[in-house]
Amino acid sequence: MSELSGQVAIVTGGVSGIGAATVTLLAEAGAAVVVADIQPAAKEAPGRFVKHDVASEDSWKALLADVLGRDGRLDILVNNAGITGGWGTIETTTVEQWRRIEAVDSEGVFLGCKYAIEGMKKTGPQKSASKGSIVNVSSVAALIGSAGPTAYCAAKGAVRLLSKSVALYCAEKKYGIRCNSVHPGGVDTPIFNPLWQAMGHEQGRAMLGAHHPIGDMADPEDLGQLILWLASDRAAFVTGAELVADGGLTSGLSRRGLFGTR
Amino acid sequence: MARVENKVVLLSGGASGIGAATARLVVREGGKAVLADRDEAKGRALAQELGEAAQFIPLDVTDEAAWAKAVAATVEIFGGLHGLLNAAGVGVRNSIEDCTLEEYRRVNDINSMGTFLGCKHAIPAMAKTIKEKGGAGSIVNISSVLGLRGASYAMAYCASKGAVRSLTKNVALHCAQLKYGIRCNSVHPGYIDTPMIAPRLSATVDNMSGKQWLEELHPLGRLGQAEEVANMILFLLSDESGFSTGSEFVCDGGLTA
Repeated sequence: MSELSGQVAIVTGGVSGIGAATVTLLAEAGAAVVVADIQPAAKEAPGRFVKHDVASEDSWKALLADVLGRDGRLDILVNNAGITGGWGTIETTTVEQWRRIEAVDSEGVFLGCKYAIEGMKKTGPQKSASKGSIVNVSSVAALIGSAGPTAYCAAKGAVRLLSKSVALYCAEKKYGIRCNSVHPGGVDTPIFNPLWQAMGHEQGRAMLGAHHPIGDMADPEDLGQLILWLASDRAAFVTGAELVADGGLTSGLSRRGLFGTR
Repeated sequence: MARVENKVVLLSGGASGIGAATARLVVREGGKAVLADRDEAKGRALAQELGEAAQFIPLDVTDEAAWAKAVAATVEIFGGLHGLLNAAGVGVRNSIEDCTLEEYRRVNDINSMGTFLGCKHAIPAMAKTIKEKGGAGSIVNISSVLGLRGASYAMAYCASKGAVRSLTKNVALHCAQLKYGIRCNSVHPGYIDTPMIAPRLSATVDNMSGKQWLEELHPLGRLGQAEEVANMILFLLSDESGFSTGSEFVCDGGLTA
């Protein structure tokens, strides 16, 4: 029997990037995966696609009703959907941009946790000790100020602390639901498409890769493996933690951020 | 010794609590304090008490136009801007299950977006002051121990203070890269005896008074005083802290130790 047989997972932003890699790995581990994305479904991808806007509370209600109705339970939520929302600095970011990034990156994760907990509670204990795992994809931008646009840093910082609050709350209530944040460095995903278009994929990846002590960017699967581990019972004692997978980006005295220097 | 001699400091939430204690200290140490707050009565009274070195400006931190006005008025009254304290904030108890989207947004708007808007509008005025008149600038953002550690009972507050913590580093690096001469740091107080936590002191938690419960959280066995946090903020506003930027300054009676 596969590790996640009988379990149901939702992955937001599951059509591309880290989300798509996570969907594949969760499905390979035996989970029934719901791919929740605002983008159209990819062809021949694993999982069941459901159109979903993480910034909309109604969309979350509909998604949970759909998943509980069709799949009968919920065990894993990966709050992966996110936007960088352009390259705004503290001086150039507008309130409109701030609100858009907050809505997707921060409020979207809040709503996901809130409705997933409701769903996980309703569907009761798994055969295993674990009842549920929530994985919130934050960023190294929550840890260091050079790794993202201003509003993105703020929103990812919110996700970092929100995850701890959720973890502690679920622990106190003895729900058996764990919640952790994941902090990727540069990952070769469509989030960098503008850069790939500007300088070519190979050169762009080499340039960003050079910012990481390990000398390369991550592939989406690298993050997918970490998320799979957190989702599984192998991480049964891990909650409220910040797991960094950044090729060493935040471990040393790097002057240069992920998005380069001015 | 006047430690912030002739420095002009704009303080959101300057009418009460940590903001008010800092305003008093700024004036005592030779600086000018602009108290920006929603509470007009309190703010005007404190400004009057502090004399000519203090002024009051009404400010709702979630209103971008009000921030632009407050910064412009500060420069007009005192001829420049050197320091910004983002102290306005709300403390709200809620969990992931009982917090509504409206409440999440309200808390984040005040604590997080309010700090963003303060930095955004103060930076150009501070950079201009420094360019024209020399000196150095400093922004101090009030985060919390709950920007460092989680609490089950303060979900939205944790998120908003985590945002302030990360935002501060981004602002610090932006100003450093552009050589504005402006530093930016976050301050992380424990539970401080201010109006924000007053409702919690009278509540009962685990069969003890809220006050005792909160006191016992801190290894020092007591609540912090607003003046103790203000002392740290004044250090950060002054040139004494000239090599500190993008950092987290904790003032919590050992709470996170």
